[in-house]
Amino acid sequence: MKFPRAAAIMQRPALAAGATITLLLAMVALVSLVWTPYPYTDMNIAMRLQPPSARHWLGTDQFGRDILSMLMAGSRNSFAVGFVAVGIGLGIGVALGTTAAVRGGIVDDVVMRLADFTFAFPAVLSAIMITAWLGPGAVNAIIAIGIFNIPVFARLSRGSALQVLSRDFILAARAAGKGMARITVEHVLPNIAGILVVQATIQFALAILAEAGLAYLGLGTQPPNPSWGRMLNEAQTFMHRSPWLAIFPGAAIALAVLGFNLLGDGLRDLIDPKLRRARS
Amino acid sequence: MPAPPLVSVENLVRRYPLPAAPFGRRRHVAAVDGVNLTIAPGRSLGIVGESGSGKSTLARLVMALERPDAGTVRFRGTDLFALPPDELRRMRRGFQMVFQDPYGSLDPRQRVERIVAEPLDVAEPQLTRRERADRVAEMLAAVGLSADAATRYPHEFSGGQRQRIALARALITAPDLIVADEPVSALDVSVQAQVLNLLMDLQETRGVTYLFISHNLAVVEHVADDVAVMYRGRIVEQGPAAELFSAPAHPYTRALVEAVPDLSSFDGAGSHPPATDADADVEADSESGCPFAPRCPRARAVCRSERPRLREIAPGRAAACHFPGE
Repeated sequence: MKFPRAAAIMQRPALAAGATITLLLAMVALVSLVWTPYPYTDMNIAMRLQPPSARHWLGTDQFGRDILSMLMAGSRNSFAVGFVAVGIGLGIGVALGTTAAVRGGIVDDVVMRLADFTFAFPAVLSAIMITAWLGPGAVNAIIAIGIFNIPVFARLSRGSALQVLSRDFILAARAAGKGMARITVEHVLPNIAGILVVQATIQFALAILAEAGLAYLGLGTQPPNPSWGRMLNEAQTFMHRSPWLAIFPGAAIALAVLGFNLLGDGLRDLIDPKLRRARS
Repeated sequence: MPAPPLVSVENLVRRYPLPAAPFGRRRHVAAVDGVNLTIAPGRSLGIVGESGSGKSTLARLVMALERPDAGTVRFRGTDLFALPPDELRRMRRGFQMVFQDPYGSLDPRQRVERIVAEPLDVAEPQLTRRERADRVAEMLAAVGLSADAATRYPHEFSGGQRQRIALARALITAPDLIVADEPVSALDVSVQAQVLNLLMDLQETRGVTYLFISHNLAVVEHVADDVAVMYRGRIVEQGPAAELFSAPAHPYTRALVEAVPDLSSFDGAGSHPPATDADADVEADSESGCPFAPRCPRARAVCRSERPRLREIAPGRAAACHFPGE
């Protein structure tokens, strides 16, 4: 396995598109930290529900807030949720999965049955349960989404780790006197990192979607913090009069999910050519 | 008074469970079934046998990579399986291994320098970066690779070069014993001879002892001083390489030797063990009788009722046959 070069990325349109969209969104999120056309909390009742215009490119909402500014600030929220939720899933899931693979036996059984148990609930439904229990809010939404990322990474890392553990270089490392903990860090993790990055990208898209769903239901980010999902919720009342209120955050969510999915799929193809052949 | 053995293996047994039939009794197959052997320092032992004869399992047991179900492996008199894990890990610097598949035994994610230096992580963790790099460069030179190989990845090398890297890694702790499990069988025939000659050069210059495992008699005869022939997890014949191959005492050894068209060449074709049916008669492996009897052209009544023990048939030679040398 070699690390892909920039030229190889540009030869794959899907991967290039995914990478471009993702990078653009990341830049928007960064820019929003220092600049938005208007402060996203500024209300101006005189300018409420304006259609897109030169002054407000994407129009204004029922309080006269600038939609573009809110979308930009909302991207920050989506990225933060994605990073933290995937980080939780990745950190805990990989630790559990590789431990299960290395130790085997009862440890393996317990970890994997727990993963099965968690996996059996639909993720968003479970996130709703957790936020209903812990109370609505951005942090609880992130935790809820993170928890349901754990079994995904636990299973994936266990399966890939088992594959790596069966290779001769693991036996060679043991013959060199290394213990299993050290072998896991030095040999197993680097060899499954590529697969994990791909999965993390795809889970990132799912996390953004899940957060939008929770926020839409009023269980995620609370006002006045901007969130794409809540913008959709608030747009509902004015759907017929001002459809752009729903269209733009909807498009933002779709674009972000599309971008990360394209990136994830493209990376997978790049890292594992066997999979690509099997699919075509 | 002969020197104390470097390695001594006593009554070594390793069983693997067979896939159980539903409601059936759990059955086991003994991959290594009561093996005894000793290796004197500086004298290389070759193990030959067909695939499934337990050669590789024996290698992993001698390397203490697997625990036996019974028996002991002593290295310089120390019982490896009686050691606490920490001490065993420190002891490993004295015996290293070279694997069959040079594509699987090197971590594709690591540079050659890190691969070759890995045994030092445990054996000599106090080394500075610089000292490690020097040791790696020295070993790469010893196996005939250029110094710039250190910064490259395994996939940039050919099979033969990779096996040289594996050898450099095995030698870096200056071990007394190297267990080589089919070290050349995955290589092109033209490269096999180069790697074998390198193995023998290193034996002379560094005084290592090999436990050399191969299904290829020509290769074993080339490298080993003594040879043990394995069949179904047991040693059926043992002795100095030259004598054993020129006058095999056990009919199985004879079958192996006769299947090789020309011992002096490294021609891989035709040097495989005879295609006698090894699996068809698993059921015949009853407790009594010679395990080779179903395949033996000279089997008599006693062979089916009484298992022959490995016994001395001439000074330095032993065979497990009721009618050795007939």
